[in-house]
Amino acid sequence: MRTKRIQGLKFGLLSPKEIRKMSAAKVITADTYGEDGFPIELGLVNQRLGVIDPGLRCKTCGGRMGECPGHFGHIELAAPVMHIGYVKLIYKMLSATCRKCGKVLLEEEDRQHFLYEIGQQRERQADVGEVVKLIFKEAAKKDVCMHCGESFSVDAEDLSESLKNEEISNELKKRLEEQGYSLTKTAHIKRSLDDKCIFDWREVPGNDSELLRSYLIDDFGFTWVKNAEFSKTQKDKRLTFSVDKHVVEITLSAKRDKISIEFEDGRTYEQPVKKTAGKLNVHNYKWTITDEEKIYLLRRKGLELTVYCGERKRQIKYDKPTTYKEIDEDGKERRLMPTDVRERLERIPDEDLAILGMDAKSARPEWMVLTVLPVPPVTARPSITLESGQRSEDDVTHKLVDIIRINQRFMENRDAGAPQLIIEDLWELLQYHISTYFDNDIAGVPPARHRSGRPLKTMAQRLKGKEGRFRGSLSGKRVNFSARTVISPDPDIDIGEVGVPEEIAKELTITVNVTERNLKLLSETMGRGGKHPGANYVRRADGKKVKVTDINYEALSEELGVGWKVERHLVDGDIVLFNRQPSLHRLSIMAHYVRVMPGKTFRLNPSVCPPYNADYDGDEMNMHVLQTEEARAEAKILMAVQRNIISPRFGRPIIGGIHDHITGIFLLTRGVKKFEKEAVLDLLDNVDIDDLGEPAGTFISSTYEKVPYWTNKQIYSMILPDDLNLNFRGKVCEKCIEKGLTCEKENCPHEAYVLIRNGKLISGVIDEAAVGSFKGLIIDRIFRHYGEVASKEFINNTSRLAINAILRSGFSFGISDEDIPLEGKDQIREDAVHEAEKKVDALIMAYEAEELEALPGRTLEESLELLIMQSLGSARDDAGDIAERYLGIENPGVLMAKSGARGSLLNLTQMTACVGQQSVRGERISRGYQKRTLPHFKPDDRSADARGFVRASFKDGLSPTEYFFHAVGGREALVDTAVRTSQSGYFQRRLINALQDLEVKYDGTVRETRDTVVQFKYGEDGVDPSKSEGGKVVDIDKIIRAEVGVEVST
Amino acid sequence: MVISAAADKEKIEKDLVSLDINAEIVEQMCGDFVLADLDVGRDDLLDMRVEKTRIDDILKMLGRVEEGEIKLCDIESKVNESQIPVKIKNELKQKLRSVRAQLNADNVAAVLKRVEGEYEEAKVEPREAVGIVAAQSIGEPGTQMTLRTFHYAGVGAIYITLGLPRIIELVDARKKPSTPAMQVKLEEEYAFDRNMAEALAMEIEETHIRDKHVGKIETSTEDMCVWFSLNTRELKKRHIEKEEIEEKLKGMDVDLEVVANKYKLHPKIKSYHELLKLEGKVANMLVKGIEGVKRAVVRKTPEGEYMLYTEGSALKKVLKVEGVDYRRTTTNNINEIADVLGIEAARHAIIEEMLNTLDEQGLGVDARHVTLIADAMTMAGDVKPIGRHGLAGKKASVLSRAAFEVTMDTLLDAAIHGETDRLKGVTENVIVGQPIKLGTGSVELVAKSQGEMTK
Repeated sequence: MRTKRIQGLKFGLLSPKEIRKMSAAKVITADTYGEDGFPIELGLVNQRLGVIDPGLRCKTCGGRMGECPGHFGHIELAAPVMHIGYVKLIYKMLSATCRKCGKVLLEEEDRQHFLYEIGQQRERQADVGEVVKLIFKEAAKKDVCMHCGESFSVDAEDLSESLKNEEISNELKKRLEEQGYSLTKTAHIKRSLDDKCIFDWREVPGNDSELLRSYLIDDFGFTWVKNAEFSKTQKDKRLTFSVDKHVVEITLSAKRDKISIEFEDGRTYEQPVKKTAGKLNVHNYKWTITDEEKIYLLRRKGLELTVYCGERKRQIKYDKPTTYKEIDEDGKERRLMPTDVRERLERIPDEDLAILGMDAKSARPEWMVLTVLPVPPVTARPSITLESGQRSEDDVTHKLVDIIRINQRFMENRDAGAPQLIIEDLWELLQYHISTYFDNDIAGVPPARHRSGRPLKTMAQRLKGKEGRFRGSLSGKRVNFSARTVISPDPDIDIGEVGVPEEIAKELTITVNVTERNLKLLSETMGRGGKHPGANYVRRADGKKVKVTDINYEALSEELGVGWKVERHLVDGDIVLFNRQPSLHRLSIMAHYVRVMPGKTFRLNPSVCPPYNADYDGDEMNMHVLQTEEARAEAKILMAVQRNIISPRFGRPIIGGIHDHITGIFLLTRGVKKFEKEAVLDLLDNVDIDDLGEPAGTFISSTYEKVPYWTNKQIYSMILPDDLNLNFRGKVCEKCIEKGLTCEKENCPHEAYVLIRNGKLISGVIDEAAVGSFKGLIIDRIFRHYGEVASKEFINNTSRLAINAILRSGFSFGISDEDIPLEGKDQIREDAVHEAEKKVDALIMAYEAEELEALPGRTLEESLELLIMQSLGSARDDAGDIAERYLGIENPGVLMAKSGARGSLLNLTQMTACVGQQSVRGERISRGYQKRTLPHFKPDDRSADARGFVRASFKDGLSPTEYFFHAVGGREALVDTAVRTSQSGYFQRRLINALQDLEVKYDGTVRETRDTVVQFKYGEDGVDPSKSEGGKVVDIDKIIRAEVGVEVST
Repeated sequence: MVISAAADKEKIEKDLVSLDINAEIVEQMCGDFVLADLDVGRDDLLDMRVEKTRIDDILKMLGRVEEGEIKLCDIESKVNESQIPVKIKNELKQKLRSVRAQLNADNVAAVLKRVEGEYEEAKVEPREAVGIVAAQSIGEPGTQMTLRTFHYAGVGAIYITLGLPRIIELVDARKKPSTPAMQVKLEEEYAFDRNMAEALAMEIEETHIRDKHVGKIETSTEDMCVWFSLNTRELKKRHIEKEEIEEKLKGMDVDLEVVANKYKLHPKIKSYHELLKLEGKVANMLVKGIEGVKRAVVRKTPEGEYMLYTEGSALKKVLKVEGVDYRRTTTNNINEIADVLGIEAARHAIIEEMLNTLDEQGLGVDARHVTLIADAMTMAGDVKPIGRHGLAGKKASVLSRAAFEVTMDTLLDAAIHGETDRLKGVTENVIVGQPIKLGTGSVELVAKSQGEMTK
């Protein structure tokens, strides 16, 4: 079967016509259910709008509940009402168009320019909003219409052939010249872009108006204005004429204060002329004349002749939320009722809508003023039946009830001839209800409330926000075939497995098609019925679904045949998706293989905790059972745990040993240890090794027998691939090179130099840097060269070996491990803490004696604080160093810190030696009471104690003031985490949203949905970070070693 | 061997290769080059003094090729021919040179082939959703970052916003970062002389009369004037001439008197308002430095070079200051870089800043993810923020925008403009319930059904 794909979705406004057309019923009654409990006809839960009650049938499509999708109805509004979402746009449109002709107030030149711009944006599939914004701004500036006028049709014949511009022009010229006038070369008539004819008369000598007039009237059928005035001076000369007995043009006298024109039909026109700074301001009338230039303008379009009158624009005032007012020349305000607004919007011609970025086909502006209201199907606003049997209607239905009521009342009042005031009030009320029906969260409008006082959830509220339709129901969906429970550790299962409780395995199913090959197997499965590896449902060949019950399972098992489908339980080896929220990266969902187990928790190998960022302190995780073969294939190939050992973030393994794995392997591989065969087998218990190899040597036992032994490094080497070559410096490395010393490599006293030759661990101790998560150099190398399976096995083996090792040696960390000898305590107190405090006191003394030198660019106080912080900081470090010396390397805490298993030396310092300075915003604690932190101190005490220095260790216990300061510092850390999680969550959402559509194309470029190139080569070199080794692409050293046979010196 | 010439490093390098000299050039600060001979047996040459004009001769002397060896220039040209990124090429060239003695045409070719092979292996697969991976790689460590860290390179140095706030700031393409700062590198004459560097710092640091104790201002309401005296010690320290200040005071259009080393200024109109205005004017008078550079501190780099760290940023002006090395001076204000140095520089700055911030927090993120974000932000020629007003808000898809933020306005506008959603992105297809056209979702099989085959 070939599935169809939706090509696109087109957005637009519903026209009244369309609303009526798609309506299944006109809703008149505001009631819902009648006394009999059945929907009222013509009511809001009209049975023609769909059914939500079981048993009833839809009167439109005949479908039952669940089959009928629901149908729209409509309400005929008694009077037009604004659409609240478009009030701003309506205001802008009213301000940008002529009140008379509805055209956008733009000069032809600008118009063309903007049209071009919009076209460009459209071509780029970019937002036209910016351009449109500019257009609105530009058009709103204009105060006179440059197009406006009456337009009327003239029969082409009537207009006489001679009206063709050139002819007129030539004819006029000819005649004038015949009369002895000499025309300058500029005298011509030109044709402008949109078929306008402009008579351009310059310096026609003499008082020629009479002459021209006679030509135009007599010979071309133009009619003169009866009383148009002409001045005598040459500069003031104006020409007026009309076409086909209608006045076309009016002249202006530059020198006069006003223009007055009397039309033949008796109308007069008079208007004052504004003068600014001595210069003539000609009202921006296209056809007016400057002193030097006389332009007469005629516009012809097809058979239509538009006569320009230059309608003056009136300022539009918008009062939130839905009122528009027009201010006339005298500054008087007149309210524009929705009817007026609608009329004006209707006047805007289709071709002008394009300039405003609109498409007349999908959205005529007048549709923004509603005359008909669509009523959503009842299925979109189902009522709920309460326990008491009472029906509780949806918020939208409530709102619709309000609308219909007011609408009815409005009609009744109007028909009864109620006073204008009452009509207007009702109109306003209707507007309110319809506004809140769309959006119940409009600024300045009190939200419509439910009887209980809860604001109603209307259209906008349904769509908006996290729980809204878009983010809540469309981008994120609830799913079937999923389970969620607490996770707990199981180091004995594979890292690629997940332990699934039987209860869950019995609930979640996989649908299997019965074929000849699996018939027997499935029949057996069916034969077990509801017992674990059984089935829950079967679908017969005819498509009928049957539940497997204790009664029918045997029969079904017998009956089972090819073509059936069995919904069988989850069994070992099925592949499922496993997820922990927050799903911050793709490794938060990985595919695991099922292992059905007793118990009620999901079991997870501790090594897979890092990618999920999981622990076992009550974390819950989700499991999704895949339902199609394609999904299962993809999960196995792309999402399996073993596939995702390497993090795409930094190109290093994210899965590796943690905690005891590190400690265990560290203890095992440290130094030289010898193990007898029994011990070796014990260590390798559960590890995938079947050949111990030759023992390293023999020792003589107490019974004088030669006993073979294996070394610890030898044992570890068993889990390494045979031809692995690797050398690196481990976590325990003291960074001799950085300190300027030479690295002793194999002879490193800390065994930090790990050397692996041909799969044998020659030197070095295995720690976090070798097998830990996030680092794991050995894992990294194995993944690269031996593949996913080998590295998965390696991680499994390492962790098992480590656990066996730590079980043998034993490992614990208790309160007594934080003890150091008295001598050490004294040393910490004297050499570190007291010394620093003395230094601090000296600094304070110097400061008070005004002897302290300020640091460059710092005030004295700042300098003092900085210096104090510095010395107190080093006090803690010194204390830590002393403590470390006394604890010794064998201390379990030190062992964990050094090997990278858990904790840091700082943690140990705080536990054993000194907690150190507490800080708020990177500064010492300084606020609380006036001039002091606590009443225990003197005002202005700047000493270490008084500003949050905790000299005690956690083991010793904190003094009351220290305890308080520690709490202050701790509070900041808490607030910090709380704020950070929300911030980084939103940050990531934005990042994902901005970048989610980027994709590498076959030509190696990165492009987005519009095919705009973002990068010509991904990452500049086209390399996949997860296929690189920590960002490095090619191991040149290795290649040279292999091909040339020489080691590249580093 | 030291070539003490301000010679062109690239030229020497080229010469070396063309002359088949296996030597490495280590650049030193003052334009000197150290020629490190990599081949054994030529140690004698290392002691030679090299005159500036004699480089060419020396290079020729060095250029003896022994028989059977493959010429360096041949290796070079072979490597250059291959289709691998420049970075790998350079590493390969350098490493091949270091083992030159063992090289012959065959093994060079073999090495090259394997390098190419490994590179080919490591390439991204087409249709990979790299955007999502990049966004996750930057976003995921966000939770691990500290919220408000101020980092100071030693006592008294400049504080800079770091951690998550800084990353958000970068991605938002703010006009001005919360802590603008510059790293001003100096030209040779200044870079190794602490005094000169410090003098330059004083030159750049903005100095108003009020702050930094340059002068003392007192307002006397009795005789309606502002008294103003200078701190000569500070002036000297800051290399400000008394005359400079006098000149500026004169230019202020007030009555100026000098009384016993003090300046007495009268406002033109005698009113308290004017007096206070005058006081403010005097106090805020910029006597030295660049507006916006609040502090400049001299620091020594590990390479032994002095440079300036500044609080406040005014890149355009600083670049013009004599002694400032305009090639290496930067600011942390991305928009400023875009204005002064162009969009490519801004892109680079975004990458640098992000990597540095992440690195400082100890979070490893592959540079490729960061470059993708930087490229997405700068691809239109200006620095666009990520988010509602930038990339996410300008997407082609209506549904995607509606699902992100401002749902209502997006839908209302889409209707009015008659927009069409072509359903090419991720969110749109999730919404309509279709497979996403990315990664495995973008591959289709053209297969005939059984019915079609029988036909």
